[in-house]
Amino acid sequence: MDIKDVEKLASLARIELPEDEKEQILKDMGSILEYVKQIEEVEVGDVAPDHTLHNAWREDAPDDRKFSRDSIIAQFPDSKDNFLKVKKILSND
Amino acid sequence: MIDLSNLTIQKAHEALTKGDYTVRELVDAYLGVIKEKNTELNAYLEVYNDIDTQVERAEKKFVDKTATLLTGIPFAIKDNILYKGHIASASSKILENYTAAYDATVIQKLKDAGVVVLGRTNMDEFAMGSSTQTSAFGVTRNPLDPTRVPGGSSGGSAAAVAANMALVSLGTETCGSVREPAAFCGLVGLKPTYGSVSRYGIIAMGNSLDQVSPLGKRVEDVEIIFNSLAAYDPYDDTSLPEGLRTPKDAKENKNNKKIGVPWHLFETGVDPQVMQNFKDSVEKLKSLGYEIIDIELPHAKYSLAAYYIIMPAEVSTNLSRFDGIRYGYSAKGDTLVEVYNKSRGGGFGKEARRRILLGTYVLSHGYYDAYYNKAIKIREKIRQEVLQAFQNVGLILTPTVPFLPFKLGEKMDDPVAMYLCDVFSAPANLSGVPSIALPSGKTKEGLPFSIQFMAPQNREDALFAVGKAFETPAVQ
Repeated sequence: MDIKDVEKLASLARIELPEDEKEQILKDMGSILEYVKQIEEVEVGDVAPDHTLHNAWREDAPDDRKFSRDSIIAQFPDSKDNFLKVKKILSND
Repeated sequence: MIDLSNLTIQKAHEALTKGDYTVRELVDAYLGVIKEKNTELNAYLEVYNDIDTQVERAEKKFVDKTATLLTGIPFAIKDNILYKGHIASASSKILENYTAAYDATVIQKLKDAGVVVLGRTNMDEFAMGSSTQTSAFGVTRNPLDPTRVPGGSSGGSAAAVAANMALVSLGTETCGSVREPAAFCGLVGLKPTYGSVSRYGIIAMGNSLDQVSPLGKRVEDVEIIFNSLAAYDPYDDTSLPEGLRTPKDAKENKNNKKIGVPWHLFETGVDPQVMQNFKDSVEKLKSLGYEIIDIELPHAKYSLAAYYIIMPAEVSTNLSRFDGIRYGYSAKGDTLVEVYNKSRGGGFGKEARRRILLGTYVLSHGYYDAYYNKAIKIREKIRQEVLQAFQNVGLILTPTVPFLPFKLGEKMDDPVAMYLCDVFSAPANLSGVPSIALPSGKTKEGLPFSIQFMAPQNREDALFAVGKAFETPAVQ
């Protein structure tokens, strides 16, 4: 892994990193990956989970929830006419 | 004067029922200590402004004779538990101004019982850490020695109880985040069976691992809280349905008095004082009539390594919701991507950024099989191995933490050294079984030792039984 990889990960994760932190993160990632690498030596073979999954979703029906529309709208960093406002995602060029 | 140091839920309940003191007087006693100590310890980030209303609600229950054991009991809650109308920040700048829009299920239950929630406590940012030093709002100090860390990530909740700033508290665990601070602050901490306590309204870190976990001075307090909170919740898709909660043969289980010790897991890397205390604790358990059996958990030594792949993977997906768009910290930018990048770059602290990038890496194309897929297979192996061990023993015993509470500032520039705080915690979180940390004495300097037990799923009763047998008798 090198600085380019750190920059690529940061861009995938949508995190702006200060220049001086990239080196530090590279070093930290190196030591963490070195530690977790020990799982390579484990022979697990084909491990199948011995449980079965089932659907835990609720019925798709309106429900008397305790939070209000207002309490959510009030937290919008930017809004107009009670709608969430975001930057343009398509540009002309 | 109320003797806060030796107070239990049961004793407080009796005194409140008899009228020895009122809820107001009890709450004021704790608020007095908070006023005196919080500036130094920084256990609480905020003392709530609705305490008077909560006290009235509790006192009314005593008048109406509808009071239960928890009515009027002063609680502290970790800053990642939603309490409607109050800030819940997960000790992160990105949620610094986030006001909870609803109550977590555990808070609803506490409100119904009429507890008094005094405030929210400091934690490692998004529960990522083992010493409460990654909080965006300063470190919390250990009440037993303020030059040392209280453990983490629920360090504020542990320090609050240890310093008599709350009778009991709630923290959360993803991997040791309640048992380790319990160990460092000389408390009892319970990590319940995965799925037993609702996660609805808890700011998630690793969904397949997180559990709300109580802290107290005595086993009986932690037991009372667990019994009040553990119930099926339709709002939590991972909540255990009622039919799967009670094991059939709990009381008569032939293994109840058999304790397995996986000695091979701590041959190295454990502080000699901690090891000596552990051996002394084993002798004490023998004298209490328990049978000690050597057991092998061959894959358990890979628990922490598997955890540090699975958890960051879950972190990187979970924390993608914090983007500066709908709530929380939002930085200005010319484009949408710039708003994301600057809000997340500026809003998350160093450890959160590190774990998100690590998670992004282990989940990325080309590495997914080698890291994430391998780790979840190992996790399943560990789970099967732990369940297998419980065919022959009723409990598994290890030290809680390999070393004693360390000094503030230590381990901050060595992430792996910090992660090793939770090396013995990981098997319980990965396999979903319950585990309890118990005080097991103190060093000459007054630093606490701790041991921990694991039990089969839904056998919290076995943890409480051994805990009560092991702990020093209560002061009457």
